[in-house]
Amino acid sequence: MVRMDTVINGTRFDREVEPNVLLFDFLRDELGLTGTNRSCDVQVCGSCTVLVDGLPVSSCTFLAYEADGSVVETIEGIRDSDFYKRAESAFVSHAAVQCGFCTPGFVMTLKSIVEDGGGADEAQLRRSLSGNLCRCTGYRSILDAAAEIVGEQ
Amino acid sequence: MTSTTRVEREPSVRAVGSSFPRVDAVAKIDGSADYVGDLEFAGMLHGKVLRSDIGHGRIREIDTETAERMPGVVAILTGKDLGDIDPYFGHAIRDRPIVAIDTVRFVGEPVAAVAAETEAQAEAALLAISVEYTDLPIVANLDSALASDAALVHDGPIRPGFAHGLGSLPERDGNVCYRYGFDRGDIDDAASQADIIIEEDYEFPAVYQFSMETHAVIAHHDGGEINMWANCQHPFLVRAEIAALFGFPVDRVRIVVPFLGGGFGSKSYTKMEPIAVALSRKAGRAVRIVNRVDESMVTTRRHNMKCRMRTMATSEGKLLGRKVELWLDTGAYADNGPRVTATAADAAAGPYRWPSVDVQAHCVYTNTGPAGSYRAFGATHLQWIGESQIDEVARQANIDRLEFRRRNLLRPGEEVRPGGRPLDADLIGDVEKAAAAIGWGRERIANRGLGFSVGLLAAGAHPVSTAAVRMDADGGVIVLVGSTEMGQGTRTVMAQIAAEVLVMDPAGVTVHGTDTRFTPYDRSTGASRSTTVAGRAVELAAREVLDSLLETAASFFGGIDPDELEASNGQIWYRDESAGYAELIAERFGFVGGELRGHGEVKPHNGGGSYAEGPVFWEVCIAGAEIEVDRDTGIVRVLQTSSVADVGRAINPQLIERQDEGGALQGIGNALFEEMIHTEDGVLLNDTLLDYRIPTTDDLPEKMTCIIVENEDGPGPFGAKGCGEGVLAALPAAIVNALADAGVPMAELPLTPERVWRQIQKIEQRELERRP
Repeated sequence: MVRMDTVINGTRFDREVEPNVLLFDFLRDELGLTGTNRSCDVQVCGSCTVLVDGLPVSSCTFLAYEADGSVVETIEGIRDSDFYKRAESAFVSHAAVQCGFCTPGFVMTLKSIVEDGGGADEAQLRRSLSGNLCRCTGYRSILDAAAEIVGEQ
Repeated sequence: MTSTTRVEREPSVRAVGSSFPRVDAVAKIDGSADYVGDLEFAGMLHGKVLRSDIGHGRIREIDTETAERMPGVVAILTGKDLGDIDPYFGHAIRDRPIVAIDTVRFVGEPVAAVAAETEAQAEAALLAISVEYTDLPIVANLDSALASDAALVHDGPIRPGFAHGLGSLPERDGNVCYRYGFDRGDIDDAASQADIIIEEDYEFPAVYQFSMETHAVIAHHDGGEINMWANCQHPFLVRAEIAALFGFPVDRVRIVVPFLGGGFGSKSYTKMEPIAVALSRKAGRAVRIVNRVDESMVTTRRHNMKCRMRTMATSEGKLLGRKVELWLDTGAYADNGPRVTATAADAAAGPYRWPSVDVQAHCVYTNTGPAGSYRAFGATHLQWIGESQIDEVARQANIDRLEFRRRNLLRPGEEVRPGGRPLDADLIGDVEKAAAAIGWGRERIANRGLGFSVGLLAAGAHPVSTAAVRMDADGGVIVLVGSTEMGQGTRTVMAQIAAEVLVMDPAGVTVHGTDTRFTPYDRSTGASRSTTVAGRAVELAAREVLDSLLETAASFFGGIDPDELEASNGQIWYRDESAGYAELIAERFGFVGGELRGHGEVKPHNGGGSYAEGPVFWEVCIAGAEIEVDRDTGIVRVLQTSSVADVGRAINPQLIERQDEGGALQGIGNALFEEMIHTEDGVLLNDTLLDYRIPTTDDLPEKMTCIIVENEDGPGPFGAKGCGEGVLAALPAAIVNALADAGVPMAELPLTPERVWRQIQKIEQRELERRP
């Protein structure tokens, strides 16, 4: 067992975890944070994106204990933020959500873009979001929503 | 009760035709929407499946003894546990065992399953199970499976499934498990008259639907009832199949369907449900199985195909005939292969007037993962082939490709196939719009090409849907409809349809997922049928509720004729007086509480037989594309696309556009790079997203135009018909035609840089040789 002293969505968790436990499984199985979704398991699709110290990581390939000493945010932890409200309104108005399985991951990546200063143009947004895959929307509506979100700085 | 409300009457707000926001958007954005993998029940176990690592063999022995003693392990299922039931399933052909019995037929076939307290414990136990096989000869592709001395994947007779819908199934012929064909006119006569003959062999790859959410099911077989939470598109068909497999009456089998993380056909019909139920039966507790991606990739896929097509025409471009032979690789089990085969054959001729046509389609078993439905199946397989030949005829006859379509496309009311529904769409008007959107007729630009394609997809599946609409005492409405919400927006559309009939705000209408215990029967969610068929059932059910409101209002206003009443914005109006719906329900029951209830059913002879002809409607498959090819690298880029959503009536225009954009990106993936690669031994080489690539933001064209056409010519509510699949059939064809326009005709998908580059070299070599 290894120690994991981590602030997750504003609450401190000081735990002993098995060294092979993924952050993804810890969040879902231990804390019931099911807004983070599992898809590819190989750090490609971005459905499991969470923020660790403000940076997006694929929680499917990130060991839980590696978050020791860090601040972790999931979709559940940002629902009350101004950023989230802007993001929600943009995703709704552009109908940028279909099955919704990838959506929280996109929102988390966008949060890191906004916190990084935002102001990204379409080409930069395409690059920044190319690690989040969506099979339903074809991306156009997500990029339009994203432009609105990062443009509202 | 005598009080009436006197308010200034506002104009009626109509629900249909407005881009009402998705009813499920917020729950999906904030992560609170539940998918099967998010659900847990007290005492629930976790299941993992041991899968065959050989492509074909006899099972000599399965040793589970060590695994059974491992921590947390509660039950291990093998074929030996199924001796008391007939353990084979398959809605088309009943060929598939719940777990392998004596024989494995593909790499990835379930051989055993473990239920344990945690997923990690179940996974650890899998490693402790040893299986001994005797290898059998493997036929892992069409060529080897069709060879005269081919080993047989199945050697018994065909057992028809319970819902194949294909008349009587022919006998198996070697590895060919289903055949479908038709011919009319004299094809030999066409050949003797033809000046232009285009003939080629084509190949279409196996691809994976890749819904972001894998297959997942929670099953609890408690001896008296079977309860399931499953991400299935067709819960009522799965219920019937599970009931038959385990010997239960249908009312003792219940399926609850939460949100699906995408489907696209991959979750149609029965998939992981039987093994989960069987494992639960053995464990005596609820079991959850959530596939990993590599497991779902061997659970279902799209059929790869070989096709030979010949199109014959006169030098003036008069079409004389078309001959098509095709072979679809359905893998080790038929799944929906027979239907895909029939639909492919139907799409082969294309929407033209043919003096003669001869189509022969074959569905072939191989030792690979089973292939089933994927959005626009059959049409996607054939449209790029048929339309590339039409383009070539036009080129050789020296006729503009769009003009050629104007002269030869079927017109509304003309026969598409003998005895079927005549054409119910304006194809020429549609294709002109798609072509104009990509700049048809403009000057040629080096290394760029323009293309479009036209096709039809037999849509609607079987027209059997029922629905219920309940209006509660406060005037709020619950729609009970069995359509599965998998991203397409069906819950929103159903809310709009009910609100339109009841002339109220859709925000007052709630639509939940299916619970087969309460939700009325709906055949399936697929074939673009939900709006058209289930939507009609909702419309009819809502009309019954409205009738009850009008009846109550007639007495409320003093026994007047209901025809003098009008519903508007949640009120019933009589001249300048109105009563709210809640008020009328209170009047009707004379007490707090009560509810109004309406039932709607669609069956083939509804509405003077408007649903009886097959198909329910012809889904229009029309798209345009502009591409650029880099002749040094073979890289093809899609610069812009257009698509036509010929929907009859747009219930929610924004959702239609989103469907077409999503379908377009899937079309780009299918056309340019998606391909499952199997070895000669039947091993799927690219079973992760690291090496099976799907489109990303990098693949998005600069411009995408979705044109919505509303001719109110659909059989659905308010003249609507389905959409969302056509673009996936049409866009790969448009891309292939655009690449041919840029000088690189291709007969094999996907259009990878290597394939395109080799073709460019071949063409340049030929040109060099031709020079004097």
